[in-house]
Amino acid sequence: MRILTLIRQVLDAEESVRMKAGAVDLSTSKLVVDTMDEYGLEQALRFRDADPTIEVIVLAVGAARSEEALRTALAIGADRAILVESAEPLDVIATSSVVAQISKSEQADLIFCGGGQADWDSHALGAATAERLGWPQATWTSALTIAGGELTGTHDVDAGKESFAMALPAVVTTQQGLNDPRYPTLPNIMKAKRKEMRRVPIEDFGVTAKLKVVSTEVQVKERRRKRIDGKDATVAAAELFGLLRNEARVI
Amino acid sequence: MILIVAEHANGKLSKSTYEMVTAARDCGREGPVTLLVLGSNVAAVATQAALLGDQVLVADSPALAVYDPEVWAAAVAQIASEGEAHTILIGGSRSGREYSPRVAVKLDAPLMEDAISLKVAGDALQAEHYTFLARVTERVEAAGPVVVVSIKPGAYSPAKPNTVAAEQYDVELNLPARRVTVTGRITEKSERVSLADADIVVSGGRGVGSAEGFVELVEGLADQLGAAVGATRAVVDAGWRPYAEQVGQTGKTVQPKAYFAIGISGAVQHLSGMGKSKVIVAINKDAEAPIFKEADYGIVGDVKVIVPALIRELKNTQ
Repeated sequence: MRILTLIRQVLDAEESVRMKAGAVDLSTSKLVVDTMDEYGLEQALRFRDADPTIEVIVLAVGAARSEEALRTALAIGADRAILVESAEPLDVIATSSVVAQISKSEQADLIFCGGGQADWDSHALGAATAERLGWPQATWTSALTIAGGELTGTHDVDAGKESFAMALPAVVTTQQGLNDPRYPTLPNIMKAKRKEMRRVPIEDFGVTAKLKVVSTEVQVKERRRKRIDGKDATVAAAELFGLLRNEARVI
Repeated sequence: MILIVAEHANGKLSKSTYEMVTAARDCGREGPVTLLVLGSNVAAVATQAALLGDQVLVADSPALAVYDPEVWAAAVAQIASEGEAHTILIGGSRSGREYSPRVAVKLDAPLMEDAISLKVAGDALQAEHYTFLARVTERVEAAGPVVVVSIKPGAYSPAKPNTVAAEQYDVELNLPARRVTVTGRITEKSERVSLADADIVVSGGRGVGSAEGFVELVEGLADQLGAAVGATRAVVDAGWRPYAEQVGQTGKTVQPKAYFAIGISGAVQHLSGMGKSKVIVAINKDAEAPIFKEADYGIVGDVKVIVPALIRELKNTQ
C-alpha cells in the first residue's frame, strides 16, 4: 500500500508578513512545514509503523524552496519525496490536478492533506483532489484507524463531530487532535540525505491557473489601543464598561 | 442565473443564506437569483427561500435527509449545468467548504473560497478573501464564465425578505451512491448562544490558571454579558475546555461586536480566528503581550482580580 502525504512550506506563524512590489515576499522569511500537514505525515508514519509494507511518499507543489520542507518530512520518516516545482503560485483547483496525476502514476491508495493551508487559508485541496480521482473524502479528521482496507474515524461537521467509515482509496484531510506529530531524530536526518527527492517541472502536468491574483494588501485593522489602569480593579471595570457603552457602543 | 445553495437547519434557513442573497444581489452579475433547497421535508424552508430569491428550486427527497459531500456536489453541479448558472454561491460552513471544491472540479470552474466581497471587473468576477492566517487581503479574478464561490459567514449583511413569494419548482436529481457511512454523531450542545451567532464572545487563555479558573472567570463574565464562550488552543490542549469552543486557525472564526480576551497572549493562530471582531478587549498581566497591540481596550492586571470586578460591575448596573 502507498500513502501520498501533501507537504506545504508556509510562513512561520511567528514571522510578520513582508511585502515587495505589491505582493507577499517570502524570500527572506523563515518558512516551515505547515502544521496541518504534520498531522497527515504523522498518521501515515503510524500506519507504516504498524505495517512496514506501507510506503510513505511526500509531495509538495510549489516553489523550489519547498525542498526544505520535503527534507524535513524525510527526516521525520517519509520514504521518498516528489517536488513539483512551480515558480508561480497555482490556485487550489489547478493544484488538485497535479496531485491527482501524481497519485495515479504512483498508484497511491490514500492521500493525506492538511485541513487548512496557513498561506492561502484554503481548505479545498483535499476535496478537489478526491473529486478528480473519483474517491470519497473525510475532512477535518481528528481520529483515524485503518483495518482491512477500511478507514474509520471521527471528523468535524457543521453541527459537531461525526464518526465515519469508508473504504480505500480515499482522501483524508487533517485537523488538530488527530495525533501528536513526532520530531526528526539525528539518525533520521542523516538517513534523509540519501533518500530519493524527485523533481518534476510543473509544465509536465498541463495545468492552467483558474484564478489570477489582482492585488494583495496586508490587513491593518486600526485599533484604539487604549490602556486602562488596572491598579484599582473596580475603577477599571467602571471605566471599561463606560467606554464600551458610550465610545465603542457595543454593549 | 446566480445559483445559491440554501443552508438550513431544523426547518429554518440559516443566517448564511440571507447573507448569500445580499452577495448575489450586490455582485454585479446578471440573471435571476435562484435558491436551491436540498433536503428531506423541506417545504417550510422552501417557503422561506421563496421570500428571498427570484425563483426557488426544491429537491425534497429522503435521499437528501443527511448531508454527504459527494451527493451535494453532484446535486449542485447538475442543477448549475441544467440551469446554465454562471455564478454558484455556497456557504462558507464546514460542509460548504468541503463540497464546493468538488462542484468546481465537476464544472471545470475556478473556486473562490471564503469570499468577503465580490464585484465584476469587465467580464470577470473578482473576489476578496483573507490569506496568511487572515493577515493579508487578496483580490483574485476568476478565469472563465462559470465561477464557484464560497461566502465567508458574516461578511455580508443578511438580506431582508420580500413580501411577495417567488415561484417554486421541484427538481429531479441523479444522485450518486454514498460511500462514507456515518456511524455516530456528537452534536455540540451549549445552553449559551453559539460562537458563530454571538454579538459578544468571552474567551479565555492559559492565563486563567486552571479549568476551575476558566469556569469562574470566563463563564462567569459570559453569563453576565449573555455572551458565547471561546477558548485558545492551549486551553483546549490542556483539556480544560472542549474543542468546540476553540477560536483560531484550527478552531472557529468569530466576528462579534465585542471580543473579550481573558489571559490570552495573542498568538497569530488565535488572532486569525478573532482579529476581525469589531472591538477587542484584552486583560492580561503581561503588559508586553501581543494581544494588547490588537486590542481597543486593554487592562494590564491579574485576571483573577480584574475579571471578578467586571462581573461585580455588571451585577451592580443591571
